[in-house]
Amino acid sequence: MTCDDLEPLVDSYADGELDLARTLEIEQHATGCAACSHTLASRRALRTALRGATPALYYPAPDHLHRTLVRSLRRERRAVAPPRAGIAFGMRRWTGPAALASVAFAALLLVLVVPRLPLGEDPLAHEVVSSHVRSLMAGHLTDVLTSDKHTVKPWFNGRLDFSPTVVDLVKDGYPLVGGRLDDLAERPVAALVYRRGRHLINLFLWPASEQAADTPPESGGTYRGYHVLHWSQSGMTCWAVSDVNEADLTDFARLFRESR
Amino acid sequence: MFPTQAIRRFRERQSGRSRFEQTVLPHLDAAYNLARWMTRNDQDAEDVVQEATLRALRFADSCHGADVRAWFLAIVRNAGYTWLRQNRTHEPIGVLDDDWQAAQPAEQSDPERLLLQRLDIQAIREALEELPVEFREVIVLREMEGFSYREIADIAAIPVGTVMSRLARARKRLQASLAARAVEEGAPL
Repeated sequence: MTCDDLEPLVDSYADGELDLARTLEIEQHATGCAACSHTLASRRALRTALRGATPALYYPAPDHLHRTLVRSLRRERRAVAPPRAGIAFGMRRWTGPAALASVAFAALLLVLVVPRLPLGEDPLAHEVVSSHVRSLMAGHLTDVLTSDKHTVKPWFNGRLDFSPTVVDLVKDGYPLVGGRLDDLAERPVAALVYRRGRHLINLFLWPASEQAADTPPESGGTYRGYHVLHWSQSGMTCWAVSDVNEADLTDFARLFRESR
Repeated sequence: MFPTQAIRRFRERQSGRSRFEQTVLPHLDAAYNLARWMTRNDQDAEDVVQEATLRALRFADSCHGADVRAWFLAIVRNAGYTWLRQNRTHEPIGVLDDDWQAAQPAEQSDPERLLLQRLDIQAIREALEELPVEFREVIVLREMEGFSYREIADIAAIPVGTVMSRLARARKRLQASLAARAVEEGAPL
């Protein structure tokens, strides 16, 4: 690879949109080329700056907008809904007040409950998403880069006080990319990295506080577009996070649980 | 562990919210953020999101199983451009030449200086606001929403190659603009 080959790939590289072979080629070239390693470093610095600034740059919807939209959606639906034919008069008399009551109740709930229970409220879910985002910044994704589970699992020996489950899901379309040490819930945890197409999945594993029963995958919410799922299996707490769609992430969790 | 899921289900059942409200409105922040960055104004962003939400309701059938956030943002984006064309005739739209090799400014920033700028949110905000809207939207979709090139291409209805070149050019401009600001403010090298 030459400097001219590298130049148009800088952003795709920084965005993790290149395949592994091309990524390695770029890294190899940059090690021996001051100009290109400078280009990569400044692009990385820009991404770090942008990602770091995102919480402050993000404009969340104002509270009143949600209420306004719900009102206008209901108006719109009433306007376009076809008249309901063939309903007994008694029934219709009942649905009127019932509908009114449920709208009033909905309004009450929106005011009282919704602001206190936003999606992804669990602080651990936020922590998981932050770890995921940090790991996507160049050079942080893996400490051990291999698709071989027999290399990844022993790598954690001596680095953690437990041995994480490592399975290969390549035949199901979730190849193992590697593993790394991370820190969550104030303890060191194992992070396994899987790939789905061009999306990366981080799976964090650590022993449950006591011998907890297995629990099925439950959504930890969606935060800035990253879905979070968590479950327990064999005394381990598992948290998966990714920007793949929720169905794929659920599928991944199921495969991981089943392939022991 | 707080049983958020069960409570959410209970709340939905009790409040009688429609499926549309349940699936689309959770992406309201993403919609507003995109509209706000496109229009650079609070009230205009609200107008765009309202219009987009009603459009989305009308075309709810066209969202079969796809990623709801991407589908909704594509509608917000279209509503945003319609709004810009009608209300901001001075805003240049679609004047980018996609021959990005020709339009590259010299690489003049250095990473250390940019890192120093990291905490200066205002500088980043201004630099981002100065970008043409086509650049602003790919940065928002990529950096703030974390969409892949393919997903951005689908949302913005442009080829993946164009996504790639717009992101590259947007970042070069940002980099140059932030470096210029750092020099102005006399930040040490």
